[in-house]
Amino acid sequence: MQPDISVKNLNKVYEGGFQALKNINLEINRGEIFALLGPNGAGKTTMISIICGITNLSSGEVRAAGYDIVKDYRKARGTIGLVPQELNTDSFETVWNAVSFSRGLFGKAPNPAHIEKVLRDLSLWDKRNNRIMTLSGGMKRRLMIAKALSHEPRILFLDEPTAGVDVELRRDMWEMVRKLREDGVTIILTTHYIEEAEEMADRIGVIRQGEIILVEDKDQLMSKLGKKELRLQLQNKLDKVPGELILEPVELSEDGYELIYTFDSQQEQAGVARLLRTLGDIGIEYRDLRTRESSLEEIFVGLVHEQAAG
Amino acid sequence: MNFYGVKAIYNFEMSRMRRTLMQSVLSPVISTCLYFIVFGSAIGSRMGNIDSIEYAAYIIPGLVMLSLLMQSISNASFGIYMPKFSGTIYEVLSAPVSYVEVVLGYVGAAATKSVILGLIILATARLFVDYSVLHPFWMLSFLVLTAVTFSMFGFIIGIWADGFEKLQIVPMMIVTPLTFLGGTFYSIDMLPEIWQTISLFNPVVYLISGFRWAFYGVSDVHVGISVGMTLLFLVACMGGIWWIFKTGYRLRT
Repeated sequence: MQPDISVKNLNKVYEGGFQALKNINLEINRGEIFALLGPNGAGKTTMISIICGITNLSSGEVRAAGYDIVKDYRKARGTIGLVPQELNTDSFETVWNAVSFSRGLFGKAPNPAHIEKVLRDLSLWDKRNNRIMTLSGGMKRRLMIAKALSHEPRILFLDEPTAGVDVELRRDMWEMVRKLREDGVTIILTTHYIEEAEEMADRIGVIRQGEIILVEDKDQLMSKLGKKELRLQLQNKLDKVPGELILEPVELSEDGYELIYTFDSQQEQAGVARLLRTLGDIGIEYRDLRTRESSLEEIFVGLVHEQAAG
Repeated sequence: MNFYGVKAIYNFEMSRMRRTLMQSVLSPVISTCLYFIVFGSAIGSRMGNIDSIEYAAYIIPGLVMLSLLMQSISNASFGIYMPKFSGTIYEVLSAPVSYVEVVLGYVGAAATKSVILGLIILATARLFVDYSVLHPFWMLSFLVLTAVTFSMFGFIIGIWADGFEKLQIVPMMIVTPLTFLGGTFYSIDMLPEIWQTISLFNPVVYLISGFRWAFYGVSDVHVGISVGMTLLFLVACMGGIWWIFKTGYRLRT
C-alpha cells in the first residue's frame, strides 16, 4: 500500500548555512499514529513545516497522500490538517467563524453539520459564539484542533498538541486521537511527553540533529531496546553479591536487603529462571519480588545519548 | 481555482471591517468632512474659482483620492501584517491556495473597503458642496483602479513590515506628502514652472488629475497619461507581489 507520507532525501539548509535536516528518508503508513521524538532543535517542527508547505525545502522529495507537495501542492495540502505548537489564533473572531474560515480556506464548501460535529466532539459547541480571546488555554488548544479538522483531512499533524494542557484534557485528547485513527486518519505526532507517544503511537521515529536515527514499531522498540528489572527483597541482609551470581547482571542495594537483576526483555524467561534456581541452591531466601519495565522515555534518552556519544 | 479559499479570506477581512467600523469608515469620513468644512466652506468661500470650478468643488476629487490612497494602503497592509504578527499566517501558507488567490482575497477586500469609503465620502461631500460628475464611468474606473493598485502596494508594505512602525512609515512619510503636493488643493498650473516640472515626477499628480477630469473635464495632465501611469504602477505592484511569493520573502523560510 502506498504510504500517506513519503519523504525522500530531504534536506533543509537555512540562509545562514545551518542544516536543519540531513537527508531524511521516512514513510508513514495510512491510518497509523506515528510519533516523532527528538530533543529541542532536532528538526521536528522544520520537517512538519516543510510537509505542510510553510517552509520551503532545500532538496529532496516529499509526497502527501501520493501527491508531490511542490508540483501538486493543492492536492497534497488539501489532505493535510495541521495543529501547530503555538496557540496562534485571531483573538477577536468567534469560535464558529474561525473554524468555518479554516474549512473555506482549504477549498471546502460550507458544511455547518460537520463544523457542529467537530465542535461538539471537542466540547466547544457551547462556546461557538464566544470570541477566541475569552477562551482558556485548553479551549484554545482544542480550537486549534477543530480548525485542523474542519476540512476533514486524511493526514493530521499534531505538533506538541498537549503542551500546557492539564492531565484530564490530555487524556481526552488521546481519546480523540484514537477515535480519529479509527476513522482512518493518519496521525503524525511530535511530543515532549514521551508517555504520550508510549500511550498512543503505533510507530516511533527519533530525530536528532536533523537526522532520523531510528524508526521502529513501538512494541518492537520497547521489546528490543527495553530493559526489565527484577527486585528481590531478601529475608536476611547480604554484605555482597554471592560468588555464584558474580557472572549475572545482579547488583545489591545499599542496605543489603535487595538484589536487583537487570535483563533484556527478550531474554526474560531463561535468565530469571536461572537466577531463582541459583538462589534456591545457595539457600538465599526472599520474601517478595517485583519487576519493572523500562519506559519509552528511558529508551529514548538512552538512544539520544548513545548517538551523541558515538 | 480555490473559490472557497478566496471567499474565506475576503469574508474574513470584510468582517474585520464590520468589527472596526469606527476606525475603518467613520474616522476617515469625519477627517475628510473637516477638510471640506475648513478648506471648502471656510477658506474656500474666500478663494477664486480654479479652471472655472468653485474651489470647494475643485478639491473634492483630491480629498477623495487622499482617503482612497491612505485607506487602501492601510487596509491591505494591516490585513496581511496581522496574521504575520499573530502567527495565524501558518494557516494561509499551509492551505491549498495559490498566491493569486491569496492576493485576490486580501487585496480584493482592502480595495472593496476603500471603494465603499470613497463613495461614502463622495456622498457626504454632497452635504457641503454642490458638484457634478461629468464622466461617471471613468470616475468609477479611476476609483476602482486606484483602490486596487494601492491595496496591492499596501499588501507589499504589510509583507515587508516587521513592526507596526514600518506599517505607518510609508503612508505617513511618503504617500501623505505626495498627495498634498500632488494637486489636491490646487492645480499644478498655479506653481512656478520649475515646480510644475518637479511635480510631474510625483505619481499622485496623475491619479488626482485623472480623477478630477472624470468629475469636471479639466486636468493638469492628459487623461490618457493618467490612466497609463496608474496602470504602470499597478503592473509594478503585481511584479513586486509575484517576486514576494516566488521567493517566499518574509513569508516562507
